Amino acid sequence: MAILSKEEAKRILEKVVALSKADGCSASLGGQDRGNIRYARNTVNTSGEDSNTSLSVQCYYGKKSGAASINEFDDASLEKVVRRAEEVAQLAPENPEFMEPLGPQTYGPDSKTFSESTANIKPEYRAQVAADSINPAAAKDVTAAGYLEDSKGFFAIANSKGLFAYNKSTGVDFTVTMRTNDGTGSGWAAATHNDVSKINPAIISKRAIDKAVLSREAKAIEPGKYTVVLEASASADLVRLMLGMNARTADEGRSFLSKKGGGTKLGEKLVDERVNIYTDPWNDDVPAAVWAGDGQPRKKVDIIKNGVVANLFYDRYWASQKNVAPLPFGGNTIMEGGTASVEDMIKDTKKGILVTRFWYIRPVDPQTLLYTGLTRDGTFYIENGKIKHPIKNFRFNESPIIMLNNLETLGKQERAVTSEGSPNAFIPSMKIRDFTFTSLSDAV
Amino acid sequence: MKRRDFIYLTGLGTAATLLPGIPVFGNPISPEKALERIDPALKKQMADVALNAARSKGATYTDVRIGRYLNQFVVTREDKVQNIVNTESYGMGIRVVANGAWGFAAVDKLDKDSIARAAELAVATAKENSRLLSEPVQLAPQKGYGEVSWKAPIEKNSFEVPIKEKVDLLMNVNSEAMKAGADYITSILFLVNEQKYFASTDGSYIDQDIHRIWPTFFATKIDAATGKFETRNALSAPMGMGYEYLNARPQDKINGITTLYKGRYDMVGDARAAGAQAGEKLKAKSIEPGKYDLVLDPSHLWLTIHESVGHPTELDRVLGYEANFAGTSFLTLDKWQSGKFNFGSKLVNIVGDKTQTGSLGAVGYDDEGVQCGKWDIIKDGILVNYQTIRDQAHILGLKSSQGCCYADNWSSVQFQRMPNVSLQPGKEKKTIDDLIKNVEKGIYIIGDGSFSIDQQRYNFQFGGQLYYEIKEGKITNMVRDVAYQANSQDFWNACSGIADESDYRLGGSFFDGKGQPSQSSAVSHGSSTALFKGINVINTARNI
Repeated sequence: MAILSKEEAKRILEKVVALSKADGCSASLGGQDRGNIRYARNTVNTSGEDSNTSLSVQCYYGKKSGAASINEFDDASLEKVVRRAEEVAQLAPENPEFMEPLGPQTYGPDSKTFSESTANIKPEYRAQVAADSINPAAAKDVTAAGYLEDSKGFFAIANSKGLFAYNKSTGVDFTVTMRTNDGTGSGWAAATHNDVSKINPAIISKRAIDKAVLSREAKAIEPGKYTVVLEASASADLVRLMLGMNARTADEGRSFLSKKGGGTKLGEKLVDERVNIYTDPWNDDVPAAVWAGDGQPRKKVDIIKNGVVANLFYDRYWASQKNVAPLPFGGNTIMEGGTASVEDMIKDTKKGILVTRFWYIRPVDPQTLLYTGLTRDGTFYIENGKIKHPIKNFRFNESPIIMLNNLETLGKQERAVTSEGSPNAFIPSMKIRDFTFTSLSDAV
Repeated sequence: MKRRDFIYLTGLGTAATLLPGIPVFGNPISPEKALERIDPALKKQMADVALNAARSKGATYTDVRIGRYLNQFVVTREDKVQNIVNTESYGMGIRVVANGAWGFAAVDKLDKDSIARAAELAVATAKENSRLLSEPVQLAPQKGYGEVSWKAPIEKNSFEVPIKEKVDLLMNVNSEAMKAGADYITSILFLVNEQKYFASTDGSYIDQDIHRIWPTFFATKIDAATGKFETRNALSAPMGMGYEYLNARPQDKINGITTLYKGRYDMVGDARAAGAQAGEKLKAKSIEPGKYDLVLDPSHLWLTIHESVGHPTELDRVLGYEANFAGTSFLTLDKWQSGKFNFGSKLVNIVGDKTQTGSLGAVGYDDEGVQCGKWDIIKDGILVNYQTIRDQAHILGLKSSQGCCYADNWSSVQFQRMPNVSLQPGKEKKTIDDLIKNVEKGIYIIGDGSFSIDQQRYNFQFGGQLYYEIKEGKITNMVRDVAYQANSQDFWNACSGIADESDYRLGGSFFDGKGQPSQSSAVSHGSSTALFKGINVINTARNI
């Protein structure tokens, strides 16, 4: 049931919109089938599947709006949900920032967000992923803990002004942490994609085992400023922190993009000129829906071009206040990379630190975008172009803005999995000078 | 399962960046619908359908949770209401043991056939999972309680208060903060009612009614000339209370360098203070890094307790079940078994508690039908216990669970979650001023701020809302750019003074995340103001 075709979704949504007697009405219909398997201590703990379809309706009278939703789609249920949304709208206070829905839009061609191979994942595949992780771990005196989640779904919107948009998508996320049984080594690896045939969990598991074994008996070195080689996950963990480039907070003077004396840093150089970040729904490595949640078309847009702030994101209300065209947040982020592999960057480093990933990254100062967090699951000392030995984890206090001004080398791009999720980003590994580590951690 | 039910608060502006990814589970409803009740007799009938169906398919143990989860969130900024969210989520989760393995299924259509089918699916899943099992589930014995109920002792049900009254309150909060100097403010009321029914093959039928409230705000002052800005967040605590939390009486206020709140909260008064203090923060002196004695207010210390004591004493983390996401723990079983692991100084006594009135963790029974209680975790500085559920109790040699099982929704599988974990007040009579007067070089920190800790909970860094420098026993002036870093064990061993019971207050987390897929829970942490000697303070100012 969960995945409705474009025609089925349109038929239900048009019926809903026609039922409304309010000034206007928007409706969205979405569904998802998901499966997962979770293992730890070299044994499977939970596995399962679930399915859900839900219809949400928003009705408005002037600037008063109300919403309701339902998961049944017979005529009586559709009537009920529309009436309830109208009742809530009549009770609501006016919202001066309410924007009427958009009329019909023209979108570009569909992007490759849906993959049949992912949609066809069965419980046997998930069990095999766990077995391919647990068995090689056990053979090396290592304990595996991992999580695989796959999904297929659709989302469609329509409104009383005639807009209709539909997208279907799939996704698979896999993360695994391997810990040596003596408790002194830990390794992590991960992969994510819309298309499961593009990832290989057995290789990911092996990479995590190798990291765990290599990271045993880490030595402590002094905190301070170091050259770091950041694997793609570690890069993405920090680059993602600067992507909320919201025009309104910048205009209001409360963002790292606000300028002394008023105004914003739009058009100003923010980071190293080799930094280029953009959003593009048609990128095959990290595809996104070609329309934003409110129905605005998405297109390829530069965010940082040659180190300069190229665009800020304007919601429709703020754009109307500032008399500019609205620009919705993109559905993905692409940062241009280089040709160097992580191994190349290590070879090219006299003294530095290789970081697999970061952990527990939290804001310290929104003014400078200063964040703190720690290295985790594979941190190594580099000397004269070689990995010398594993080192104990560090806490850092660093801003991605400062970091991208201290850029040495851009490496190859990867589909990013960060410490707290998959941000739909394609981000390179990189080498950075003067990265600030402020204290040591005993955590393995 | 969770992500499908998320209705993220949209259009929140700054609040959305301050409170990333707050999930609102369930379907939007009208405010009036939240006041309707479901008859426990009907819930018992539905539960019996599930219990019987599971038993007939071969389950050796079954528990059923019928949950109705109500949320009401009111979100405003300056002079505008941005969002009013009313949601309801209603359904049943069925958990079984069959062939020695757990199985779970959830259903939102509560007719007899759908319930029976879900029970059968749970048993089938358990049997499938048993093929991969290394050791069978071992449940601590639990007696059935028969038909019982528990209600949070609230004075005023927040869901009965008209929306208009709530909007008027927040508008007043915003206006007072701005009159006092703030340029921007976002204010939010989070209100939750969990109506939970639990039944199990042990013979329990437990009906519970739980209420939570969290009023909060973020007030920001801009200095356009320098391009700097500062925000002062609310000093409220999320509580397991009704709307009475917002009716502060004179005895609920502690008057010092700023007004602190005990048990009840004056949101308008705090907003007024915040508006002025956001401006003061802009002008404050930047801290000189180095070693300082820290005097930590309960509105701040709760988060340090949460991260450095609460999480590392979760037994599932200790055992490795959370290794792939949240991490493991430095408090390994051998440290507990030794009976002499020196977690903190002799003054440090920390309890696990699911009974404290007004706390977020208080319930009569947990989500696997265990009557809740209170126990020592750190006794006179020594690690003496953890937090457990029924299938873990045998690992510690316990004869019964400590009642720490919780699921954030009927559709989520219950697992081990943190009880209230609280620092006990000092036994000697001691005030905040008594602590400050013995400090030569120190910082008094109020309110929670930046927080980060490693995956085994050794190394942490915390910031706050308000920092006051202490010189030779006296508070001198406000300072800024403060964060302290320590190792958990070193930090708790540096605890050298705790104010007495009269200063004891609760703080807490409304949205504590754990597990894969992630679940959210609410938990309180109590303490009196406490003194920590010689802690490393860094300066967080940077230029970009």
